[in-house]
Formats: sequence, C-alpha cells, structure tokens
Amino acid sequence: MKTQKPIVHIRGLRKSFGDHVVLHGIDFDVAPSQVVVVIGPSGSGKSTFLRCCNGLEKPDRGDVEICGHSLCEGGQMLGDQALNHLREQVGMVFQSFNLFAHLSVIDNITVGPRKVRGVSKQQAEAEALVLLEKVGLEQKAHAMPASLSGGQKQRVAIARALAMQPQVMLFDEPTSALDPELVGEVLQVMKVLASEGMTMMVVTHEMDFAREVADIVVVMDGGVLIESGPPEVIFTNPTQGRTRDFLRAILTRA
Amino acid sequence: MALDFSPVFSGCYKLLQGASVTVEITALALVLGCLMGLAVGVGRLKPERRVVYALCSGYVAVIRGTPLLVQLFLLFFGLPQFNIMLPAFFCGVIGLGIYSGAYVSEIVRGAIQSIDRGQMEAARSLGMPYGTAMRTIILPQALVRMIPPLGNEFIALIKNSALVSLLTIHDVMHEGQKIISVSYRSLEVYLAIALVYFILTGATTLALRRIEQHLRAGGMVQ
Repeated sequence: MKTQKPIVHIRGLRKSFGDHVVLHGIDFDVAPSQVVVVIGPSGSGKSTFLRCCNGLEKPDRGDVEICGHSLCEGGQMLGDQALNHLREQVGMVFQSFNLFAHLSVIDNITVGPRKVRGVSKQQAEAEALVLLEKVGLEQKAHAMPASLSGGQKQRVAIARALAMQPQVMLFDEPTSALDPELVGEVLQVMKVLASEGMTMMVVTHEMDFAREVADIVVVMDGGVLIESGPPEVIFTNPTQGRTRDFLRAILTRA
Repeated sequence: MALDFSPVFSGCYKLLQGASVTVEITALALVLGCLMGLAVGVGRLKPERRVVYALCSGYVAVIRGTPLLVQLFLLFFGLPQFNIMLPAFFCGVIGLGIYSGAYVSEIVRGAIQSIDRGQMEAARSLGMPYGTAMRTIILPQALVRMIPPLGNEFIALIKNSALVSLLTIHDVMHEGQKIISVSYRSLEVYLAIALVYFILTGATTLALRRIEQHLRAGGMVQ
C-alpha cells in the first residue's frame, strides 16, 4: 500500500526555540494506514516533530500537509478556524495523558464530539461507550480521572482522541510515564488500532513495539532524520553509526 | 465611664438599614469586580496580544497603585468638574467594583496559569477553539483554585466598603456616625459597627467554604 498518496507529507520542516534549532529541515511522508515509529535519543526533536504535525508547535519553515490539507506552507500556518478543523482529523495522545481532571471518563470522551462537532449528548455517549469497551474500560465510564491508574488514564486518552474519528493518530511517548507493569495494556490497545488500519505516528522507547507493529522506523538525532526503513532493517542492519550507538545503548539497558 | 449601649439599641433599625445598604453595594461591586477581574485576568494571559495586554496591565497598575479613597473621590467629587454627576450609590458600586476587579484579575490569571499546560493542549488537539477550551476545560478547573484567594478579596471588599460612607452613602458606617453625632457614644457604636462587619465577613467565609467543599465533593479537584 506504500504507493498511495501520502496522508502526511512533510518537506523542509524547521523549528527552533529561540536560538536553539530543534528540527533542521525534515522531509517525510506517511502513507495511509502506515504505522511509523519515531525513535532516537532524548532531545533529538522527536516530540517537537510530532507536535508540528497538529500545529501544537508552529514550524519556522517548511510544509506540512495532512489529510490533503496544508497545515503549514512555507512556514505560514493555517488560520485558526481551519487549523481547528484539521485537528479534528488528527488525534493526539500525550505522555502525561492530560485527561480533563474535572470531567468523568465518559465526559472526557464526549466533550470533543459535543463541543466541536455538535453531536448530541445521547449519541456521543453511545459512541463513547463503544470506545470504552474497545479499550476495556466500559465499567469506568463514570469514574473520575484521579481514581484511575496510569494505564487506564492513557487508554481513556486514546478513546478520547478516537471519539473525534481522526484519520491520523499521533502518540507522544504514550507509555513513558507509566509503571512498567502498565505499559502492556496501552500497547495492546495501540496494536489493535494499528491492525484496524489506523494511520499512526508513534514516538516511543518501546523497541519491541516498534519491531512488532511498525511499518517504518524513523531514527532521529540532533534534529535531523538520520535513517528510516522497515524495522527488520533498522534493528538488524542499520546503515548509520549513530543509529547503532543509540540502539546499543537502549537495548543493553535492560 | 460606664459603657452605655442604649444609643445602639435605639438606633438599631437605622444600623440595620445601613447594613443592608452595605450588603447591596458590596454585592453589586463584587459582581462587577468578578466580571472585570475575569475579563482582565484572561486579557493578561497572552502578552503577544499587545494592545489588550497593555490596557489590562495598565488598569491593574493604576488601580492597585492608588488609594481606593482617592479613586472614590475622583469619581464623586472629581467628575462633576466635567459636568459628569453620578449618583453617590452608583459611584460607590463602580469605584469598589473597579478597585476589586484589579485584584480579582490577578487571582484569575494566577489560577488559570496554575492549570497544567497539557489541559489546554489536549483540548486544542481535539479541535476546540481557544475560547471553548478556556470555558469548558480551563476555567472550571481554575475556579476551584480561585476560591480561597477570592474569599480574601471578598472580605477585603466588604471592609473597604466602609469608605463609601464618605460619599454621603448611608451605609452602616455612615448610619453609625450619625448616631455618634447625637449620642457621643463612639466606643459603643463603633463596636456595634465592627460587629456588623464581622458578621458579614464571617457569613462570606462560611458560604465560600461550603462552595469549595461542594466543588471538591463533585470531583473538581485532582
């Protein structure tokens, strides 16, 4: 399926914070239904790269096109209204979950469809229950976020993003804040999503997940994309020395 | 000299009338102060919107930097020079409200900024416009954090309202001073006035504590 028109199309993406250049011109395409896993040492710009894909960070230069809409063209951002509209199609899952602390689980999931898409309360709740069942938390519909474990919070956060019926899902280190024993339940949900054909961009340190689920593994370092390819190539026969160093460091950690 | 509270008792009705004027003025000023505080507090969140930010910051600087009494006198005695004659009660409400709003705005801004950035990012990444995210996600959470400092501000407002007695407004302070002017019982009457303010501030404290407990019980707090 890799010959299809890309759903995410990035050219010359540059981003700096003050004098510090975080992304030095990234070119990258994601085909529909592809699962892309972005790996690399901390500070390499992975999260910034991902956050540029839904406009949470404003690129300085370059083009970002998603779902056929231009998010950023020559460093010029889309207007607010169009940006909001585009964000409906791009789900985001954060490292720190960011569940709305004052809303119950089901309200966390329905607030987007109701406030943004104008879906009725009844319909939004029906859809939310289906999503909760999918992430295995239908019995927690009326719990408050504070009463959930990290793994449960992240699964709710995934359901919340899915409620907007996005075409692309961005995961920014979704398991990095979790206790080790809770990582599996979140990855499991992500695997199901991948198998259903969701287009996913995942920043993670879970190399087993990358090996098992990714179509493409992207290695970033120092704000550049140093290597990308199928996981079997990247993990067994990387061409770049920096990729080898990084993989050696992370794989011998355990 | 023995204490003689009889002027307080015989003037009891007048004092209560004054107390009700104090409550009216304070309540109206409180509503005005909260509305202004909300608007100005939100207006100071984004320094990059320069004009709004400068106007809001200027307002806070001027109002916090000058005495309330001077502000009230400017409204009541100063504006008539431009033939703007506002009724005393109106001046009292506006003056107290504007004054309180400056302090409330800092409470609002602080509470909003104390909410984790991720809440706004999560809301925006669902496609919510900034205003919707602010109203449905940020402000409800910030409100809970505003309550304790707002309590302080409301109490200060009730006590500061005594200054409007100098604008010929017949609040409890003013009524008390009228009783003193005929009875010469300063100590007794001022004690009675103090008691009235103490009851009003105490009731406010209790009411706010109730509201906070209610919000906490509703799970509004992490």
